[in-house]
Amino acid sequence: MRRVFAAIAAALLCASGASGGAPPGVDRALVESDAMPTKLSAFGLFRDNDPLRPVAGIAYTLRTPLFSDYAEKHRFMLIPEGERVTITADGAIDFPVGTVLVKSFGWPDWNGGRPVETRLLIRRASGWVALPYIWDADGEDATLALGGRRVPVSFTTAAGDRHSIRYAVPNRNQCKECHSLNGEIVPIGPKLRNLVLDPAASAALRARYFAQPAALEPTMPAWDDRASGSVADRARAYLDVNCAHCHNPGGSASNSGLFLRWTDDPAGVNYGIGKRPTAAGRGSGGMDFAIAPGAPDHSFMIYRLESIDPGIAMPEVGRSTVHKEGAALLRQWIADMVKDGSRRLPSGLNERRHPHNRHPGKGRDLSVAA
Amino acid sequence: MRYHHLVVSICAALVVAAPASAKTISVSADAADANEKLQEALILAEPGDVVELGAGVWKLTDGLSLDVDNVTVRGAGTGEGGSILDFSGQQGAGEGLLVTSDDVLLTNFAVLNTKGDGIKSKGADRIVYHKLRVEWTAGPKATNGAYGIYPVESSDVLVDSVYVRGASDAGIYVGQSKNIVVRESVATENVAGIEIENSYDADVHDNIANRNTGGILVFDLPSLPMQGGHNVRVFSNIVSDNSVPNFAPAGNIVASVPTGTGVLVMANRNVEIFDNILDRNGTANVMIVGYRYEHKDPNYQPLPRQIVVRDNQHGTAGYAPAFPGGAEIAAAMGGTLPPVLWDGSGDAIVNDDVGVLSLNLPDMAMPQSAAKPSPADLKGAAPAPLPGITLPASMEAKVR
Repeated sequence: MRRVFAAIAAALLCASGASGGAPPGVDRALVESDAMPTKLSAFGLFRDNDPLRPVAGIAYTLRTPLFSDYAEKHRFMLIPEGERVTITADGAIDFPVGTVLVKSFGWPDWNGGRPVETRLLIRRASGWVALPYIWDADGEDATLALGGRRVPVSFTTAAGDRHSIRYAVPNRNQCKECHSLNGEIVPIGPKLRNLVLDPAASAALRARYFAQPAALEPTMPAWDDRASGSVADRARAYLDVNCAHCHNPGGSASNSGLFLRWTDDPAGVNYGIGKRPTAAGRGSGGMDFAIAPGAPDHSFMIYRLESIDPGIAMPEVGRSTVHKEGAALLRQWIADMVKDGSRRLPSGLNERRHPHNRHPGKGRDLSVAA
Repeated sequence: MRYHHLVVSICAALVVAAPASAKTISVSADAADANEKLQEALILAEPGDVVELGAGVWKLTDGLSLDVDNVTVRGAGTGEGGSILDFSGQQGAGEGLLVTSDDVLLTNFAVLNTKGDGIKSKGADRIVYHKLRVEWTAGPKATNGAYGIYPVESSDVLVDSVYVRGASDAGIYVGQSKNIVVRESVATENVAGIEIENSYDADVHDNIANRNTGGILVFDLPSLPMQGGHNVRVFSNIVSDNSVPNFAPAGNIVASVPTGTGVLVMANRNVEIFDNILDRNGTANVMIVGYRYEHKDPNYQPLPRQIVVRDNQHGTAGYAPAFPGGAEIAAAMGGTLPPVLWDGSGDAIVNDDVGVLSLNLPDMAMPQSAAKPSPADLKGAAPAPLPGITLPASMEAKVR
């Protein structure tokens, strides 16, 4: 991650040093049109069409990123000359029309670290549009893949686990499944509480991009940095980033009644504690609750995170491997919850009245009949 | 009179539904990248377009989705020689096909063996499911997907002439929706044949629900964005031989449905069950109960209220009650339970000329062990009948 940052930062420094003014090469008219060019190079976002060398913009990372099959993500944002990003009164980041958020996905030990895909999220006058591009075999350019594709990749994780998967580049509708709020496409990564601008970006560049650069103070912990927060807070950060784009009242999983935003009450039944499955099907794994305090092995949230079966796995999109480390964090969080029903647990967890619940598969008949 | 009405509504529908540029996008099942091509067609379709699925067996590895209003997805049939979307090799997505746009018609194709749900539509108003087959071809298995046809969070839903088999939850499941018609469909060998959950204003009629665990369910559950289910009519259905042992994954609410349940109402108000043929449901032809799990939802109403059961034809029932203590109660009553089972909570009118067994558990906090079963007479004057559902003419025109 640090290495990537350095690479992009270096490229951007070169870029800004070289031009200082209008981004060379970016086709602003194309960016702001309704066109969906077949080739990524048409936008002119990169030097020599190298995804690690943006012509302009500010690189950024997230305190807690979305897990995508251990892919390394190179992110940067680009806004039109003369425009600025503003922070609204309620703390949302408002990007101007013409903004391009660029995210490239790859693995350091796959194909020389070159990205497999680059996704654009473009703010047009008509709203945000998501365009997925897959890099061609020769690496010279990337091609629009509205319908998505599975790309075989192999990589080794930091923990030394070797994976060979058919990585799923999402189709444009799947982009929207995660990026939709009340039916509109919205960015989900760059939230004020989670956004970290490239530390190498100069004060002048920050001021050129942001109307209130001093407001950029991320408050959410980094899920994998013990120093940044308690287990519970890091677990909540993880859930916010990996789940809450769907699991919120205006998101794709609104009907589940499971809401996992950083701002949701983590003691409430709608946060999953003592919450029975709604439409989980096989995702329940024979368990009664999304989160059973003190019992990660009886919490189907964990069961779903640790599965790659499409009928079970959560999130539904963007994952062909288990995020071992993320699941471990959530396991610890749930294990640490008090088990004693007299504390803040819902009384439903005291299952003495429903003895069959402890024996999945047996006596599936009680509650309804009586 | 009726003819005139029909013509007017078709014309109205055509004006709404057919912009000048409407086109048909045909996709072939045989292309090497058929999955990607079909998905692209579904993305690039414009309002008014028809996406035509070629005949043949489509081997699909990833879920499909549609997010464009007023598109028709039309196949060449649901059986042999039709358009068969086979998801046996599915690697991703929670369902076979997901629709998130309004005014969509899905017709004349089959979706087989999805890993999760078959066809889901969410926030898709005025959706029409017509002449579809959703099936897990190995029959009842706990490893089958949950829902076959799954509209949720929608207004105006029509499910017409579909066939669903093998769902490990509900074959046809309508959740958190309003103004719903499920008709002339067949649900067999699912855990629940047809389920209306946390929904308002539904007509379920002229369906066949047989050989499920439970035939037709009308449920309301707590802690969900939309609850307080009410105004549901279940009529003129054949609900028979629902004898398949429950194969739902435990934890899900339908896992608690006793094998041999005909029509089951839980925690709803104003539900009318009439003119059905109810036969060979070993636990009960009709069951009316409250939600007896503990919950922490102050807004939730767990009791069944104003349930009306009338004018149904009852065959045999109650000969194999599949809930704890059921066999003992049946033995005490001479071998079988009466066709209608009520847990004693809320209120119900049963004017069918058959016996009713009450478990006399009016309070949701009473454990089942406190049941004091006794025959009950629930005959009485029913409240004013529900008006019945009218769908927008544009929807009815699509299935004529």
